[in-house]
Amino acid sequence: MLKRRRLLITGLMCGIALLLSGCKFVLLDPKGMIAADEKRIMLTSILLMLIVVLPVIFLAFAIAWRYRESNKHATYAPEWSHNLLLEIIWWSIPCAIIATLATITWISSHRLDPYKPLAVKGEPLEIDVIALRWKWLFIYPKQTIATVNFIQFPVNVPVRFMITAEGPMNSFQIPQLGGQIYAMAGMQTKLHLIANAVGDYDGISANFSGDGFSDMKFIARVTTKAQFDQWVKTVKQSKATLTSDAYNQLVVPSIKHPQQSFSAVNKTIFETVVMKTMMPMTEGNIK
Amino acid sequence: MMQKILFGNLTWQAIPFNNPIIMGAAVFMVAIILLIIGALFYFKQWKTLWTEWLTTVDHKKIGLMYIILAFVMLVRGLIDAAMMRLQQAIAVGDSMGYLPPEHYNQIFTAHGVIMIFFMAMPFMFGLINIVLPLQIGARDVAFPFLNSLSFWLAVVGAVLLNISLVIGDFAATGWLAYPPLSELAYSPGVGVDYYIMALQISGIGTLLSGINFVVTILKMRCPGMTLMKMPVFVWTSLCSMILVILAFPVLTVTLALLCFDRYFGMHFFTADAGGNAMMYINLIWIWGHPEVYILILPAFGIYSEVVATFSKKYLFGYATMVWATACITLLAFSVWLHHFFTMGAGANVNAFFGIATMVISVPTGVKVFNWLFTMYRGRITFTTPMLWTMGFISTFAIGGMTGVLMAVPAIDYQVHNSLFLIAHFHNAIIGGVLFGYLAGLTYWFPKVFGFKLNETLGRYAFWSWIIGFYVAFLPVYLLGMMGMTRRLSHYDAATGWHPFLVVAAIGVLIICGGVLFQVAQLLVSIKNRASYRDVTGDPWDGRTLEWSIASPAPFYNFAITPHVNSRDAFWQAKQEGSHQSETKPQYEDIHMPKNTGVGFIIAVFSGIFGFAAVWHIVWLSIVGLAGAIITVIVRSFNMEVDYYLKADDVERMERERQSMITQMATKAACCGSVATQPQILNTQNI
Repeated sequence: MLKRRRLLITGLMCGIALLLSGCKFVLLDPKGMIAADEKRIMLTSILLMLIVVLPVIFLAFAIAWRYRESNKHATYAPEWSHNLLLEIIWWSIPCAIIATLATITWISSHRLDPYKPLAVKGEPLEIDVIALRWKWLFIYPKQTIATVNFIQFPVNVPVRFMITAEGPMNSFQIPQLGGQIYAMAGMQTKLHLIANAVGDYDGISANFSGDGFSDMKFIARVTTKAQFDQWVKTVKQSKATLTSDAYNQLVVPSIKHPQQSFSAVNKTIFETVVMKTMMPMTEGNIK
Repeated sequence: MMQKILFGNLTWQAIPFNNPIIMGAAVFMVAIILLIIGALFYFKQWKTLWTEWLTTVDHKKIGLMYIILAFVMLVRGLIDAAMMRLQQAIAVGDSMGYLPPEHYNQIFTAHGVIMIFFMAMPFMFGLINIVLPLQIGARDVAFPFLNSLSFWLAVVGAVLLNISLVIGDFAATGWLAYPPLSELAYSPGVGVDYYIMALQISGIGTLLSGINFVVTILKMRCPGMTLMKMPVFVWTSLCSMILVILAFPVLTVTLALLCFDRYFGMHFFTADAGGNAMMYINLIWIWGHPEVYILILPAFGIYSEVVATFSKKYLFGYATMVWATACITLLAFSVWLHHFFTMGAGANVNAFFGIATMVISVPTGVKVFNWLFTMYRGRITFTTPMLWTMGFISTFAIGGMTGVLMAVPAIDYQVHNSLFLIAHFHNAIIGGVLFGYLAGLTYWFPKVFGFKLNETLGRYAFWSWIIGFYVAFLPVYLLGMMGMTRRLSHYDAATGWHPFLVVAAIGVLIICGGVLFQVAQLLVSIKNRASYRDVTGDPWDGRTLEWSIASPAPFYNFAITPHVNSRDAFWQAKQEGSHQSETKPQYEDIHMPKNTGVGFIIAVFSGIFGFAAVWHIVWLSIVGLAGAIITVIVRSFNMEVDYYLKADDVERMERERQSMITQMATKAACCGSVATQPQILNTQNI
């Protein structure tokens, strides 16, 4: 019996080890300062709450076992149903923990406000993001280039994403670099991120937007500044340009849209997309 | 042209004949319906069906029908869940799985809608219907006819949803149908229309039920039962129903506005012409978050009853429990924004709603400690209801923790919409709500049927459910940490998600085993009902009034209106021995509501309206709507809605039952299976 149990436990441990070895816990493996901060807050909060949760689970089993019906040695006090001191204790312990967590919440909500520019030296790189059905269009206004389902930016340089959508709502996220923000038609949201290590990171849409949603992914490539500049030059040589016509073609729904790059950009596109629903009697198209 | 007028948008193309999965389901549904109809003819039960069930206003029968509806829909929702898990377990890398996105998207939408609106809600109303009037010593709810109407409206909602499986399609938008995706521009089919109609019709029923039960609790308690002497289940139900009254009108209005957008070209939530989709998201969660507490508060009440009964002790900190429930009720309306921290509201707003959310965990945590200390110094018997409660305490502690975790906006930015969220709310809803309802069902089953459920199979069901739950959802928590977002129909192999999704699929299989054990439990218990017979009416050594009357409860509930002067009145009476009395009880005439088919008829008209509106069949929707309204008007002129059950009849029926109980008890005593003597019930002195 004991042997079989030991075998079972060993087998289980091996299984778990096998499962965990091949996989990537991206939220626990942050590559940027924002994501690292978010991970730290998550771990702190879990530890804080375990102060209550672990005793509760332990008490549940201990009390249930001690006062089982067959244990006639245990005290039985059918009338005992009130104790002020005990109740004060378990109102105050959760209150204390929640007060601590609330403080963490208030401070971290402000420190990690996605709209707040990062306290990092250097001019942020701006990338405008438009969520389309079902692809991501990225416009680099300063470099006047554009890409689809692919972005590249330099390491250790803050990036400011200006985000909108044409069509259903999506959510823009690069999990290893930080949290997400919604991409909504007629709205402009903002997200400040920074990558502190070079590499290719998965970018996703985290809000369901229809049939092509599962393939609405992009790659965020983080390189050195020099490699980034080189890449911009390469894109600049691309034949395609993002004119209004090219944009209107992108608006047509498509699934598993290939990566694309455009050497020149109609600078008004992003603002027009944001503003088009604000104008009275829109004709829907970009002039 | 003629066809357009007669049938609106409905054509033969609406039925997907070439889809084997849907056609299989359709054949299965039709077969079941034919089987039921055939059985009704064969056993000549049409009349019984009409007089005893379709027209009944008896809260116990309505409650029972609610629970049957809940179980049918539980099976449907579970099949949806299994299909999704199977899809995600195989759709890795180049494989697209066996479901195309447009079908898969409908399945996860239907799963959510069914489990919340047509499984959890009917289950909750079923239990409240059966138990609540008995616990407060009432003979029925305040508005019995309204109660029947509420139930049939819920059925119509469920029927519309199931029709959408075969005729046309269901919404493919996620269970809350966020615009602009749910607007005509991006969802041109009938799916969202089915969604709106099913929820509007059943939602009206829910609101009526909410009003009904609040009035019942406030006005129909037996003499002596002051608010602070009510059983805790009554308190939690009261708070839950107050939430229903406050929250459901918001849902109705929100869906109506979406409906106007889709039907009349308005622009409440469209992206253009001044519409604002963010308004919809705010409104739907102003209903949606309280909805969570609407479901869980009655479950908290059930745990309180079960813990006290099976620990043979008074509930610890009754007053605290009541105040904690009231706190949760109030706070329920101050946290809705935590469902969309990522919409960009700004740090102050997010922090406020995050902290408000955390504050709710304080009264909830206090409740958990009170349950633990009810068990402390008790004499605990581990019956199935108690097992569900123990499973709840340990599981819910984890679910609560992950919930508070996501209340921190900085963390939520990372895990919002990820599988971490999915695992969290299944943790809370399965481990909190469903375990509670299943505990309640086992606990009160004898009161409805007169016999207990088989304990062994009940245990098997419990262990399958709880093991299945952990196998299915612990990997889902981990997947959330691996950056997997919700509602994906396929994914890359490089993500490393595949093994976890396979484990999760196995978990669902184990849960399915649990449901099979429950079905087996029901069948075995019915077969052996003679040996599980609850002779005394008090099978668990109960504490509250429902156990003071016979099982199954007579249709008039209490032959004599009880008088109470303490909490746990029946327990108190048993301690004092005052529940058994030698004096001959004085029976009085009992005022009873007459059965009526009006609720059923109104619901049928509403169903016709809903279906016609989905397909834009103008004349038929007018017929449906007018029919419903005219039936209401006709009903309002009917003054003969009640009757008096004569004291002599009550006495005769009580005496018949007493002699039957004595007979059975003697028989049982001979066989040695029942040791307790039947009590001569006299609730007068409780």
